[in-house]
Amino acid sequence: MKRRSLLAAGFAAALAFAATAQGAQAANDKVVIGVMNDMSSVYSYLGGMGSVVAARMAVKDFGGKVLGKPIEVIYADHQNKPDVGAAIAQKWFDQDGVDAIVDLPTSSVAIAVQQVAKQRGKVTLISNGGSSELTGKYCSPTGVHWTYDTYALAHVTGKAIVQQGGKKWFFITADYAFGHQLQDDTAAVVKASGGTVVGSVNVPLNNADFSSFLLQAQQSKAQVIGLANAGGDTVNSIKQAAEFGIVKGGQRLAGLLVFIADVNALGLQTAQGLMLTEAYYWDQNAQTRAFAKRFEAEFNGKVPTSGQAGVYGAVLDYLKAMQAAKTEDGVKVVTEMRKMPINDFMTHNGHIRIDGRVIRDMYLFQVKSPQESKYPYDYYKQLAVIPGDQAFRPLSESECPLVKH
Amino acid sequence: MLGWMHIAVPPAPALFGQLLIGLINGAFYAMLSLGLAVIFGLLNIINFAHGAQYMLGAFCAYLILNYIGIGYWPSLLVAPIVVGIFGMLLERFFIRWVYRLDHLYGLLLTFGMALIIQGVFRQYYGSAGQPYSIPEPLTGGQDLGFMFLPNYRAWVIVASSVFCFGTWFVIERTRLGAYLRAATENPALVQAFGINVPRMVTLTYGFGVALAALAGVLAAPIYQVSPLMGSNLIIVVFAVVVIGGMGSILGAIVGGFALGIIEGLTKVFYPEASSTVIFVIMAVVLLVKPAGLFGRTA
Amino acid sequence: MNETATVRTVRRLILFAVALVAPFVFYPIFLMKAVCFALFAAAFNLLIGFAGLLSFGHAAFFGSASYVTAYAAKAWGFSPLLAILTGTAVAGVMGVVFGWLAIRRKGIYFAMVTLALSQMVYFYALESKYTGGEDGIQAVPLRDVFGLIDLNRPLTMYYFVLAVCLLGFGIIYRAIHSPFGEVLRAIRDNEPRAISLGYRTERYKLLAFTLSATLAGLAGATKALVFQLASLTDVTWQMSGDVVLMTLIGGLGTIWGPVVGAFISITMENYLAELGSWVTVIQGTIFVICVLVFRRGVVGEIVQFVNRRQRQPRLAEEPRTL
Repeated sequence: MKRRSLLAAGFAAALAFAATAQGAQAANDKVVIGVMNDMSSVYSYLGGMGSVVAARMAVKDFGGKVLGKPIEVIYADHQNKPDVGAAIAQKWFDQDGVDAIVDLPTSSVAIAVQQVAKQRGKVTLISNGGSSELTGKYCSPTGVHWTYDTYALAHVTGKAIVQQGGKKWFFITADYAFGHQLQDDTAAVVKASGGTVVGSVNVPLNNADFSSFLLQAQQSKAQVIGLANAGGDTVNSIKQAAEFGIVKGGQRLAGLLVFIADVNALGLQTAQGLMLTEAYYWDQNAQTRAFAKRFEAEFNGKVPTSGQAGVYGAVLDYLKAMQAAKTEDGVKVVTEMRKMPINDFMTHNGHIRIDGRVIRDMYLFQVKSPQESKYPYDYYKQLAVIPGDQAFRPLSESECPLVKH
Repeated sequence: MLGWMHIAVPPAPALFGQLLIGLINGAFYAMLSLGLAVIFGLLNIINFAHGAQYMLGAFCAYLILNYIGIGYWPSLLVAPIVVGIFGMLLERFFIRWVYRLDHLYGLLLTFGMALIIQGVFRQYYGSAGQPYSIPEPLTGGQDLGFMFLPNYRAWVIVASSVFCFGTWFVIERTRLGAYLRAATENPALVQAFGINVPRMVTLTYGFGVALAALAGVLAAPIYQVSPLMGSNLIIVVFAVVVIGGMGSILGAIVGGFALGIIEGLTKVFYPEASSTVIFVIMAVVLLVKPAGLFGRTA
Repeated sequence: MNETATVRTVRRLILFAVALVAPFVFYPIFLMKAVCFALFAAAFNLLIGFAGLLSFGHAAFFGSASYVTAYAAKAWGFSPLLAILTGTAVAGVMGVVFGWLAIRRKGIYFAMVTLALSQMVYFYALESKYTGGEDGIQAVPLRDVFGLIDLNRPLTMYYFVLAVCLLGFGIIYRAIHSPFGEVLRAIRDNEPRAISLGYRTERYKLLAFTLSATLAGLAGATKALVFQLASLTDVTWQMSGDVVLMTLIGGLGTIWGPVVGAFISITMENYLAELGSWVTVIQGTIFVICVLVFRRGVVGEIVQFVNRRQRQPRLAEEPRTL
């Protein structure tokens, strides 16, 4: 029996060794950037390996070295679980010598990782994460929210559509904090711009059938149906709106959180006429097209999403600031980043606010009809440019403790 | 929480529309729970992979459209056959080995299979979903006065009612169905009559899976065709089956349609609860009639 | 045949020593997570391994306790111990209610009822304004325990977590080796006979369910403090599936199986994260392999192997019923 107990104990010990053997403290002879996102699940199409490709492109364009040290890009799949993300982040910072974590879709994970980074004075460059709380309640002196946030998407879409005459709104809202936030942000700007909200309906998350709610929207006689939901819910509601002839009947759909991959999933036949806001579309001008072409060559011919394009911009800007600040220290590098205006293929005279929010122009697009689309991924026409200072939540409304009111 | 406060009772015609829509969703529940009930009734396996097989049906339609150019109508036949054969292979090579064991191993095995199938598709097609259009003759719709009924939805009700009734008829009213039912009671005896029971079981599983795949094809033009389309649906369908009475064919069909309608009404009066109402009903049914509404044994 | 008390004590001491020095060798945060999940799996195993009841909704207790603890510590400023107690108590109460409903059915029905009930909890957690929706409850503050012990230091936190979880394991161990545990096994193996012997089996099952839910809650509550957050992940049905997997890998109905299974599973999650993908496919494959060829789990197979080497007639019983 003794042997049995020893065997069991030995096995447990061996297993634990295999599990979490602590590596030697990483020597600080290189700069490490960790791309952390969803690589296997619902948000993988927004970032995934494409974000790793974008980060590597930025490192290559920077020259592969900063402060005389080589730059390394590593990545991990946080599986949309905040505890997994937080644990990886701690290990990365404490053992693997990671200096900055980029991308971070899924707001619960993004907030958790940003907290971990904040405690250690390390940098988070958030591109695909959307929650405006990242620069609000949970803001960090070393956190930069690069590409977009839910407030801006809702705000820009709402404002621009009211200006174009869409005054009566009905909301189909995902019934959780995120959906309500989107609806409230949009409703506020709709009212401020002279529109009215004639009704709304709260729909449980991952409800596959929207026909009942679309019928309610139809009967409300609203001009615009705001979709305060995301991902599969948005795709299903747009698909079924086409089926029920909503757009043909003269009502317009406004997607408050829609990306190019969602339009791709819907097909132009279904998605045509949809209005949405993004920070980047590959076919805006020569510069955006040039980036897209390079990206496609590296990533199986897929056009970059705005989140992936943002990863490139954020990494490049971070490296430039590190060079200028002559240190790897997170607080100092981010302070340096705040001083430098941002100009790259997708950003024109952007800057980083005290709460970490990148102020950039946002673009209102409308999805083309199949007849208008001439080549693959020819999906959007640009309707309006909304200057950054009008797109994002003003500092005066911020809950961020770094902002002095 | 205060949902009851802002209820406005909709006018009667609008309510009619909502009832009809509930019936359409009920048609999907009915087809899926029917497949589950057939498999459970004859194999005593609770098929956790049912949602994944429903997804496979939709994907199969999508793939043969895009790679071979086979459209919607042939897909209604081809996809269930292809996915059904896949199901039979699963039964033959994997599921068969757990019949002798506790039923729960069947649940765990099919759960694992569901994870694999969904994972593989997610790997290759991402999770954003794929487009699938409504077939040409069924686009547009009818203005019924009280609502706009898309033609495709009308077709879904008709088609699924026919399939459901057909299945019920075959199992409860034909000789073949009698063998099947007998085989579940006493396989040795049926075997003694010269019937190849293992083959019959394989075919039955294949049939149940084909039903799920058929529901998937019907769903493809309405819902997002994505690897995860079945993973949430399956839990609702489980609840439907528990309410109807596990293994009861009639219970699955009636339960599916009825719960679709109840869910539809909830969407009008208290939309916040529309995804939980089925679970609440399930809890009540378990308290009052533990065997389910149409269950034969306790 | 019987292990002597000395051998048992020695073995326990060895394992305890391993647990004490572990954080100096391994990364504490992974150890803490693994220890929490080990307790979760052990609590789950109490129900399936010893009472034969497969719950597919244990995430409801784990996750709810985690939310309540995080909320109590953040919004009400509870001290860590009080917060954990509050979370655990809520899980216990939920266990009574869910158990009362679920034990009316057996086998697969039982599994499906627990699954459906846990889905209701998931939707509540999603929609409630107390849980922070998809952001979760984040940045939970850690007050000192008894005003003395500072949990913000990883090593201190580890020993705190270890102590809490050992308490949980101790309760499970006592329960299994008590007359109560004997009755549970009798019910698992042959319920009609247990009834005919005069046992009110329903009461025993309800008690087992409640105990299991409470301890799952203890694990969830502790985890909330380790990561200083509570999120939707812990109430999803996928989490319920994860704990089934852990127990299955380690060995259903064995004392150490869930612990080993949890360590393997957490390790896997960790390594897969760096591989980048294929997580669910690999998990699914392990499910299938475990069910088809490996039903005793890692610990069950080891016991079997050692027994065979010693030519002992007693073989590890292949669990025919769960």
